[in-house]
Amino acid sequence: MSTEAQAIEEVAVKEKEPLLSKKNRKLVNNPLDADNPITVQVLGVCSALAVTVKLVPTLYMCLSVLFVLIFSNLAVSMLRNVIPGRIRIIVQLLVVASLVAIVDQVLQAYAYEVSKQLSVFVGLIITNCIIMGRLEAFALANKPWPSFLDAVGNGLGYAVILIPVAFFRELFGSGSLLGFNVLGEGYQGNGVMMSPVGACIVLGLLIWFQRARNGYSEEA
Amino acid sequence: MSKLNKNSNGYIFGFAFLIIVVCASLLSTVSGALYEKQYQERELERKKFILKSALGSEVDEMEKPAIAELYDQRVKESVINSKGEVQEGIAVNTIDLKKEYKKLEKNGSLKAGQSINLPLYEVKDESGNATEYYVMPTYGFGLWDNIWGYLALQKDLNTVQGFVLDHKGETPGLGARITEDKVQQRYSGDKKIFEGSDLVAVRMMKGEGNDYASKPHEVDGMSGATLTADGVNAMMRNYLNLYLSFINSKKQ
Repeated sequence: MSTEAQAIEEVAVKEKEPLLSKKNRKLVNNPLDADNPITVQVLGVCSALAVTVKLVPTLYMCLSVLFVLIFSNLAVSMLRNVIPGRIRIIVQLLVVASLVAIVDQVLQAYAYEVSKQLSVFVGLIITNCIIMGRLEAFALANKPWPSFLDAVGNGLGYAVILIPVAFFRELFGSGSLLGFNVLGEGYQGNGVMMSPVGACIVLGLLIWFQRARNGYSEEA
Repeated sequence: MSKLNKNSNGYIFGFAFLIIVVCASLLSTVSGALYEKQYQERELERKKFILKSALGSEVDEMEKPAIAELYDQRVKESVINSKGEVQEGIAVNTIDLKKEYKKLEKNGSLKAGQSINLPLYEVKDESGNATEYYVMPTYGFGLWDNIWGYLALQKDLNTVQGFVLDHKGETPGLGARITEDKVQQRYSGDKKIFEGSDLVAVRMMKGEGNDYASKPHEVDGMSGATLTADGVNAMMRNYLNLYLSFINSKKQ
């Protein structure tokens, strides 16, 4: 490629915002740590406490939330100029609920055991505040590509907290990881870790660790 | 686009109508496309539960095709009514246990004028001739929603071989523990449903951690889930009563 052609291409790229500009990268990076939906915004905590007993269902849950978040953010972002303001919450709810119903159906067909373990919590993704929060706060006011990145960031931000919580709960609660026994047959299992109380403690410790490291504190 | 008044009632109704049609058709398409696969999964689970109640938890370790094959080899399906008569021409997988359950009164007896279809699974021995276990599906109500189970009796039709339980919406960590092997195994072994010639069934007791080894009609309970256990007890008693005519006819 000649230098001339290269230069033209660079100009063409500069006219539009690059796909992974600094601003766009922040959309993905921020929710992973400094603006995490669970530990900083404290949203979606219900499912973080409920579905983290074992790693495998947790992974499916994270994937489901990521899927719903990405496609609802994309859909609402694309419709943002035609959605009537007065019924926007209902419309968002409809989009989210349809996507969740699809996820539920797919899980029932291809991951029957997991869908039974997750039971009502798949349906409860509809009420996950992270999703409605991102739709209201971001997708309604931004173009599809940034909305997509925002969804990826927040979905991964959700996963990045849930997976460690599930890791410690499965390890200490059942002495196994991903269903494989790691602490030996003689390990009795810790009942607290099996109950949501254990999740609350692990999540609390994670928040403590993160805030101590980032020096974050609530504004007065 | 900007000429439209987005706050007019007409626009709002039109938009709502359109998006509902789009979402509804999307959902019905997905649901229709996945129906067959979901049905197969449910069928396989039914077969697995039946085998597990009779042959124990090693069925959990088996691959899906192996479970279906073992089921075809060992299990003979039939449908009976509460008088113990075989109902010809009805396939077990067309029976909706939930619908049949609705034919029962609150106290578990059959509503007047109703006849109930009861699936019966006979698990044959390795050679495939003699019946080794009788498996009876049961259905009932726990604390929040429906519960169901497969009760396997040994060929004396008195000793409980196993009881596999499942539920729709019991509390995770409490009532939902009826799905755990550890809880279900409390029924396996030496529990009897008859005391002399009286049907007394097996009851899950209140409290947990007690030893019921010497008591043939009681098993250890689940701490914090007494109401679910009550539901399990009622379910077992109700359905054993429905199967009683059949059981008595076989015992003679």
